[in-house]
Amino acid sequence: MLADKDRIFTNIYGRFDQSIQGAMARGLWDGTDEIIAKGRDWIINEMKASGLRGRGGAGFPTGLKWSFMPKNTEGRPSYLVVNADESEPGTCKDREILRHDPHTLVEGCLIAGFAMGATAAYIYVRGEFIREREALQRAIDEAYEMGFIGKNNKNGHDFEIYVHHGAGAYICGEETALLESLEGKKGQPRLKPPFPANMGLYGCPTTVNNVESIAVAPTILRRGAGWFSSIGRPNNVGTKLFMLVGHVNTPCTVEEEMGISFRELVEKHGGGIRGGWDNLLAVIPGGASCPVVKAEDIIDCPMDFDGLRERKSSFGTAAVIVMDKSTDIVKAIARLSYFFKHESCGQCTPCREGTGWMWRVMERLVRGEAQKREIDMLLDVTKQVEGHTICALGDAAAWPIQGLIRNFRPEIERRIDEFSYNAHRVQPVLVAAE
Amino acid sequence: MSVRRLAEPTVQPASFAFSAENAAWADLAIAKYPEGRQQSAVIPLLMRAQEQEGWVSKAAIETIADMLGMPYIRVLEVATFYTQYQLKPVGTKAHVQVCGTTPCMVRGAGELMDVCRSKIHHDQFHTNESGTLSWEEVECLGACVNAPMVMVFKDTYEDLTSERLAEIIDAFEAGTPPQPGPQTDRFYSAPASGFTSLTDEQAIQDNAREWREKRKQAWSADAATATGETATPPSQAARPKTDAPETNPAIKSPSPEKASPAAESAESVKAPVGNAAEANKAEPSVEGEAKQRQSGADKDGDQGLKAPELHKGEPVGADAKGEAASDASVTSAGKDQAGNPDADAAGKSGGKDGEAS
Repeated sequence: MLADKDRIFTNIYGRFDQSIQGAMARGLWDGTDEIIAKGRDWIINEMKASGLRGRGGAGFPTGLKWSFMPKNTEGRPSYLVVNADESEPGTCKDREILRHDPHTLVEGCLIAGFAMGATAAYIYVRGEFIREREALQRAIDEAYEMGFIGKNNKNGHDFEIYVHHGAGAYICGEETALLESLEGKKGQPRLKPPFPANMGLYGCPTTVNNVESIAVAPTILRRGAGWFSSIGRPNNVGTKLFMLVGHVNTPCTVEEEMGISFRELVEKHGGGIRGGWDNLLAVIPGGASCPVVKAEDIIDCPMDFDGLRERKSSFGTAAVIVMDKSTDIVKAIARLSYFFKHESCGQCTPCREGTGWMWRVMERLVRGEAQKREIDMLLDVTKQVEGHTICALGDAAAWPIQGLIRNFRPEIERRIDEFSYNAHRVQPVLVAAE
Repeated sequence: MSVRRLAEPTVQPASFAFSAENAAWADLAIAKYPEGRQQSAVIPLLMRAQEQEGWVSKAAIETIADMLGMPYIRVLEVATFYTQYQLKPVGTKAHVQVCGTTPCMVRGAGELMDVCRSKIHHDQFHTNESGTLSWEEVECLGACVNAPMVMVFKDTYEDLTSERLAEIIDAFEAGTPPQPGPQTDRFYSAPASGFTSLTDEQAIQDNAREWREKRKQAWSADAATATGETATPPSQAARPKTDAPETNPAIKSPSPEKASPAAESAESVKAPVGNAAEANKAEPSVEGEAKQRQSGADKDGDQGLKAPELHKGEPVGADAKGEAASDASVTSAGKDQAGNPDADAAGKSGGKDGEAS
C-alpha cells in the first residue's frame, strides 16, 4: 500500500486548506522556476525517464507525446489542451482533482506548456462539472494573483490558462473531437493524419493531455523520475487514482500504486465486496469501454496496463466497477450499449448504425427473446464495427459486448432457453429502428 | 446518437437578449479566444443563455449566431448536438437529471427514476401540472463513486436513497434547495467508513518540507557538476517491452548482419562446368557402366547443354518444331542430367545456411 508521503494528490478529498497557500504548504509551486530554468529537453527527458503513461485510458507515454511538438512552428502559436471532459462511465478522478486539488493541474499546465513551447493552455471541462469549473477558475485566478502564470510571471515563461467547457457530449473526450468542440463546432472526430501535434487547435500545433497526466508532472519532476519509476512494476510505474465503484462496501476515489492487486485495493479502501468475496460476480476494470472480467480472473490480478491486458481487458482510467451476484450482468452491459448508442456522434456509419443495432439486440438478449445464433451474429457485428470508425468509440461500444459474450455466454443462453419455454405466451412486436 | 429538435413554434419566445450582466460576461468569454476565433465561445454562450432562460430557444440561437458572426445553421447544429442544452422548457424550480448509466444503475438509479415518475411526471422531459418540476434520465454525470446521484441545475446530490430523493424534490418544490453533495454523513469521495489515506495535514506538510530539502540538495549537486549542456539520458523507461515472437531481434528482416561476398561464394557450390561428355553419362547405378549415349558427332562438346535459343542461326520456337524435334529431345535429356548436380548443390548449401543461422 502506498504511504501518504508518496502520494501526489495530497488534498484529493478536499479536506485540507484549498487555497494556493495551503497547496504551497503541501509542496506545490515549489521550485517551478528552477524546473523551467532547466529547459525543455531536461523536462521531456525526465518525463520519458519517469515512464509515466497517459492517464486518460490509452496509456501512451506522456514524455514521448510532449516530444512530438515541433520546435519550429513557422510563426504559429502552440497550444496545450487539457482534456477534462471526463465522461467515461465509472470514471470520476478528474472531478476530484478539479474541485479539490486544482493547483496541481494549474502548475502542471505551466510546466507542460513550457516543455512543448506552448503559449496558452485551454482546459476543456465537461459541461456538467459546473462547481468543479468554478473551483478550477478560483485556483487559476489565485495563480495569476501570485504572479505564477500570465505575462512576465515569476517562473519565466509567459503563459495563459483559459477554462473552456463542453455541453454534455462523451465523444468530446476524444482528442480531435475535443478540438472541434473547442473551435465551436459539433464534436465529431477528425481524420488523422494530420495529427494534432502538427495541425491541432485552430490549425496550430497542439497536444491534448488528460488532467491526471498533467497534474502529476510537477511532482514527478520535483521528486525525480527515479522516484516515480520505482513505484509499481516495469512499464506500469507510478501512482494512480483508482475509483472503486459499484458493489463494494465503501466506494471511494483513492491514489494507489500501480500494480496493486484487486484484492488488496478492495480490502484496504473499498471495505470488501458487498456480501463477501464469494458474492463477487464480475468487474469492469477500467471504465465502461473495457471488457468485463469474471471474478475468479480478477481477484488476484495486478491492477495495471499489462496485468489487465493479460486478462483480455484493459486498464483504461482505473475506474473499477464491481458487480456482485445480485447484478443482472446482461442488463448492465445492455445499459452500456445504450450509453454508446446515445453518445455516438453519427459521423461514421458502422458506429452510428452499429451501436443502435447492438443495443436493440442486447435489449432482446436481456429478456432472452432471441435465437442462440444471434449471439454469434452479435459478436460478428461487434467485430465489424471495431476498427472501422474514425475514432475509438466504435471499439469502445464493441468491447463490453465481446467481453460479455466471452465470459457470460452460458448466462445469455440460459435466458434464451427460459424465454423459449414460455414463448407461446408472447406475441411478437415489431420494433422500428430509431 | 439521439434525435433532438427545437421546441414547437407555439412555445418559442419572439426574442432573446442577454441581461446586462450576462452580456458583459459574454464579452469576456469571447475575448478568451484568439482574434477571428470567436466561434469557440458558442458553447459557453448557449449555456449562459440556458442559465438565464431555463432552456435554449430559437431566438437565443439566432441572437448568439449574430453575436459571433456565425451562420444560424452552425449554432443550431451545436445546440442540437450537445445533449446538455434543453430545447424545451423544463421545470422552473427544478429539473432533476437522474444518472442512469451502469455504475449508478447497479447502485439503484432505477428506484430514483421511479420516485421521479411518481412525484413529477410519468415521462421524462414533461413538467408536472404546475410546471415547476421535470426530470430526465441522463448519461454518466461523472460522480460514480457517489452513486446513485442526481443533478439539479448546477448542483449534484449524491449517495441517494429513494426516500432522500423524495425529500429533495419536495424541498425544491417548496423553494428551499437542500445542501448539495453526499446526502449521507460521508466526506465527498472518501470511503464512508472513514479515511484510509491522507489523514493528517501536518504530516503531509512535514513530508512536503522533507521532499523540498531533498530536491534542493539533489539539484545543487546537479548544478555543481553540470557543464552547461543538458544531459540527455537515453531512456527505455517509457518504451513498452514486449516478448512477442514477432519482435524477436534474431528474426529481424532485413538482417542486421552483413554477409561478405567472399564468404558467400566460398560457401556455395560452383556452377557445373559445361561438359557434354560428363553430362551425358548416366548414373552408374542405373546403367552399370559409364557409356556415352551420343555418338562423337558433337565435336565441340557442349552443344547439348545450350538452350535452344542459343543455337546460332537455327530456327527457334514454333518454326523449329519440325526440323529440330530430334535435336530438342537430346538437349532436354542433356539438361535434365545437368540439372541434377545443381539441385543437389542447392540442397547442400541450403542445409549449411540453416545450420549457420
